[in-house]
Amino acid sequence: MSIGTIWRYGDDINTDVIFPGKYTYQPLTPEEMAGHAMEDLDPSFAGQVKEGDVIVAGENFGCGSSREQAATCLKAAGIAAVVAKSFSRIFFRNAINNGLPVIELSEGIEAMKKGNTLSVDFEEGVVAYEGHEYHFPALPNEVIAIIEDGGLISHVRKELGKG
Amino acid sequence: MGMTFAQKVLAAKAGLESVAVGQIVEVEPDFCMSHDNTAAIAKKFAKIGVDRVKNPERFVIVLDHTVPASTEKYALGHKEIRQFVREQGIANFYDMGVGICHQVLPEKGFALPGALILGSDSHTTTYGAFGAFSAGVGRSEMAVLYATSKIWLKTPATFKIIVTGHLEEPITSKDLILKIIGDIGADGALYRSIEFTGRAIEEMSLSSRMVLSNMAIECGAKNGYIAPDKRTFAFLEGRAVRKYTPVYPDPDARYEKVLKFDATRLDPQVAKPHTVDNVSPIGEVAGTKIDQALIGTCTNGRLEDLRLAGKILSGNKVADGVRLLILPASQEVLLGALKEGLIKIFVEAGALVLSPGCGPCLGAHQGVLAPGEVCLSTANRNFKGRMGSAEAEIYLASPATVAASAITGTISDPRRFL
Ligand code: SF4
Repeated sequence: MSIGTIWRYGDDINTDVIFPGKYTYQPLTPEEMAGHAMEDLDPSFAGQVKEGDVIVAGENFGCGSSREQAATCLKAAGIAAVVAKSFSRIFFRNAINNGLPVIELSEGIEAMKKGNTLSVDFEEGVVAYEGHEYHFPALPNEVIAIIEDGGLISHVRKELGKG
Repeated sequence: MGMTFAQKVLAAKAGLESVAVGQIVEVEPDFCMSHDNTAAIAKKFAKIGVDRVKNPERFVIVLDHTVPASTEKYALGHKEIRQFVREQGIANFYDMGVGICHQVLPEKGFALPGALILGSDSHTTTYGAFGAFSAGVGRSEMAVLYATSKIWLKTPATFKIIVTGHLEEPITSKDLILKIIGDIGADGALYRSIEFTGRAIEEMSLSSRMVLSNMAIECGAKNGYIAPDKRTFAFLEGRAVRKYTPVYPDPDARYEKVLKFDATRLDPQVAKPHTVDNVSPIGEVAGTKIDQALIGTCTNGRLEDLRLAGKILSGNKVADGVRLLILPASQEVLLGALKEGLIKIFVEAGALVLSPGCGPCLGAHQGVLAPGEVCLSTANRNFKGRMGSAEAEIYLASPATVAASAITGTISDPRRFL
């Protein structure tokens, strides 16, 4: 179970506004990446986001470029989960591969407001908000194994017997 | 029951008789592509703990995004990549100047019909124009592909997009794909495989088809397939790195949706800031003042694009106060443009010709925008901040529209010039 404060965004939030292209080919530390998170969409985000906060958005979150920093900068900023109506497929994969939980929720999103809190029960597949419970489908086993191992790189390390 | 192209390729690669939509399969791609992000991927690869890249002959690495290096950090990244490819024996390495990855792979014969190609770049969908199944993946996944050659993919449902009619110059496949994306939306084909078919597609050159597959990702698609035909085979003659077997969808394949478009009498289309699906026919945006015009990128930087722009620019001058940047997609394109006298036309018109690469497309260098500036570009994305300042505006259009607008200084209908 995880409880967090909501950052609320709309549809088609693209990876350029989550993490600008001008930083994409620079080697940055996780803290530096977190400092640029959402820079072109919401300049208040990087300064105010707290560990455990959640992002709630509409359709097609993370569309655009394949840059993995769009997922890792949010994780580095402390985001515990992104809840959206739908995700772009590359962002969805990148998030899981870096241990950032992504939840596809078909109902309830409209009502969720910035600054309110939301709780997520990953095991039961339930998002709770202001007394309502919304269910999300469990992720495929392959995917759960990757998240449990803390991301794809450590998952494959383990599979290959490299510890 | 028949299978779509996506089902057939994924079944074949997974060694199965058939696969159902939604089924997860483990596959080994024929080729994998990465570019300047190889420096970061190599670091992730090192963390896995495997010393050698498995099957180095399957990897293609192209330096294109920040070339030539404009900062020490970029230069260091390139240096690390050169060392990595040497150490790992990756022979398919194209250093800066050869071209943009999505142009180089087809030119060098890797974009083969029936092949499964993954790249750590979202516009990897481009090779679908040659009948390949190609899609973008992330950096961690590419690092794992270096180590294991394997990846899991989910079998997507398929939309069939039938385009009837005929495109009349100066209307191009760019206008068509902008129209399609404008109609179905940035998430219109989310997670779907698209099969483009119909008379207008059959009539198209490979360069024009590549625009459709390149931009399939802009409506969320996983891949954008066009059935290989005699034009495809002719292009690959003397280029293909190996033999290939084309894959076609079964006639009784099951499609989630069938969409129809007519190419005849299509107006020039323009995507307005800040999303690719914010599309209008040119009439609604004509007269908008521009500061910069960009003709090039992996979407529209091929010889036929430069020819069309040259036709319009020949004998004309770029308007005062407008910067026109020409960005050939590859060395091969640049050489062709030189041979045909196009570069002379551009320079005489007052354009700036850049070296082959991604240039300002991703806002890293070579022509970024200041706050309040407006750019009209032939690229595939107009997201806020993509080409520099988040306060700048990017419009997207065909090479013909961009050339015409560079002359007038405002967004203009190219039909006035031909
Ligand atoms: S030209 Fe632009 S869209 Fe194409 S690969 Fe380069 S940065 Fe990406």
